[in-house]
Amino acid sequence: MTTLTAAAEEINSGDTAWMLVATALVLLMTIGLGLFYAGLVRSKNTLNTFMMCVGAIAVAAITWALVGYSLAFDGDAKLIGGLGHAFLSDVGFTPRDGTTIPHLVFFAFQATFCIITTALVSGAVVERMRFGPFLIFAALWSVLVYAVLAHWAFGGGWLQAQGTLDFAGGVPVEMGSGFSALAAALVVGARKDYGRQALLPHNAMYVLLGAGLLWFGWFGFNGGSGFTTGDASVLAFTNTLLTPACTLLVWFILDLVRNRQITAIGAATAIIVGCVGITPAGGFISPIWAMVLGVVVAFPCYAVVAWRPRTRVDETLDVLAAHGVAGLTGIVFIGFAAQQEWNGVADGLFYGDAGQLGSQLVAALATPVYAFGMTYILLRVLGALMPLRGSATEEAIGMDIIHHGEEAYASGEGAILIRADAPSDGAARVREKV
Amino acid sequence: MKMVIAYIRHEAFEPIRADLLVKGFPSLSVSEVKGSGRQRGITERYRGAELTNYLRPKVKIECVVAGGDVRLVVDTILKHARTGGVGDGKVFVLPVEEAYRVRTGEAGEEILQSHPDAASNA
Repeated sequence: MTTLTAAAEEINSGDTAWMLVATALVLLMTIGLGLFYAGLVRSKNTLNTFMMCVGAIAVAAITWALVGYSLAFDGDAKLIGGLGHAFLSDVGFTPRDGTTIPHLVFFAFQATFCIITTALVSGAVVERMRFGPFLIFAALWSVLVYAVLAHWAFGGGWLQAQGTLDFAGGVPVEMGSGFSALAAALVVGARKDYGRQALLPHNAMYVLLGAGLLWFGWFGFNGGSGFTTGDASVLAFTNTLLTPACTLLVWFILDLVRNRQITAIGAATAIIVGCVGITPAGGFISPIWAMVLGVVVAFPCYAVVAWRPRTRVDETLDVLAAHGVAGLTGIVFIGFAAQQEWNGVADGLFYGDAGQLGSQLVAALATPVYAFGMTYILLRVLGALMPLRGSATEEAIGMDIIHHGEEAYASGEGAILIRADAPSDGAARVREKV
Repeated sequence: MKMVIAYIRHEAFEPIRADLLVKGFPSLSVSEVKGSGRQRGITERYRGAELTNYLRPKVKIECVVAGGDVRLVVDTILKHARTGGVGDGKVFVLPVEEAYRVRTGEAGEEILQSHPDAASNA
């Protein structure tokens, strides 16, 4: 694979076609996440919440192309990659080592992972963090946290080297975002009305629609993480259907037992939890074990979702529960149920290899520590340089008007045009009087 | 009987509601309204158009109480709705001629709010 001609022959058109589609599917997840998050906040913060996801695309795609990809995927140093691929150096049409797809496609696919993960963290700070500081945070986080964890788990770093199995990102994406979200919520602080007023989702339809789009995109996320159209991808693809379905049903039952009613917001949450749970395990466990995982993962996540609002920690959209805890569960579950018969790589405890469980537990301990610690330090430093959140008055008016000068549900009534193509004197006078 | 109508900031509603409940005035109506007053408009931009919206969202509370309770209710609203900034809102007190409870057809001041001494009749 070192010479150009030999490499060019290795490209598989079927694999490449699928990976192109999978990349687009994963990018769609960030828009789905925007809908999901926007539905969960109050109407005055709809646009700002969605814009944090859009902002993550703007920022993380660029940092990824400039340095992030290289730090994650250049070389197999223990802690962090090199700068050999910085500015997309040597990333072209020849296959990425170990794959049958063009290096550029591999880069683009990984870029969409960095984007969605960065967007995920915003769920902890919506409705009060200022937009500018968020963009700066997102840019730095995508390099200092995401790229490092991606190197550990995917790029030949120490977790991968010591045998941790992570199919599609339980370490960098799910635990990385979940435990970073906890740190972000602690540093930025709770919304001013948190614990004093009922802060309700303003549009449950967006939440369901967003969850549906996320699930749809997740077939590319997990199904593409084998980088081929081969067995592992097919297995992960199918498991992405089965696990969330089981999580949904268990969530229904838990809702029934606790509140005697099955909730729509709960269902949307369950879809995310199931998809997250199968993310690390998708290509490593059998479909039946994937269904078991769907059942198992519902319990700790449901517990954290129920418990978190009783605390003073305003981790607003439960990124820790839905991503951190679910990702951790999936990572550990691999240690039990991985099956060489299905994955061709390794067995878990149930199939005779207790060592695999050990490798998984190392990742389950190290990732939260790094993600939480680095994010905490990063935001503390940023917070010393600039205010991370606006005043209480700005928070009361809402982030949409304060930071974007727009409303999600503007009626237009009562508005006076003050600067059109041909400005009128009357409008200008009105403005003077205000 | 008097009707108290208050136009207030959204964030003032919860404290007022909680305080009125404690003081024995659970019955009120709330609506989301838009209005314009001395508070300056908000400048918004949509594509090429820049505009100022003078209609600002407010919460409207309507609460009918016995004449003797008006001072207490109005003071409660003033206390929680005042930030000192332009745009805190307005309170109006209007006379009410008659009042009926639909379920029973009862009339008069007794039906307005469930005071502690009225609760035993429920």
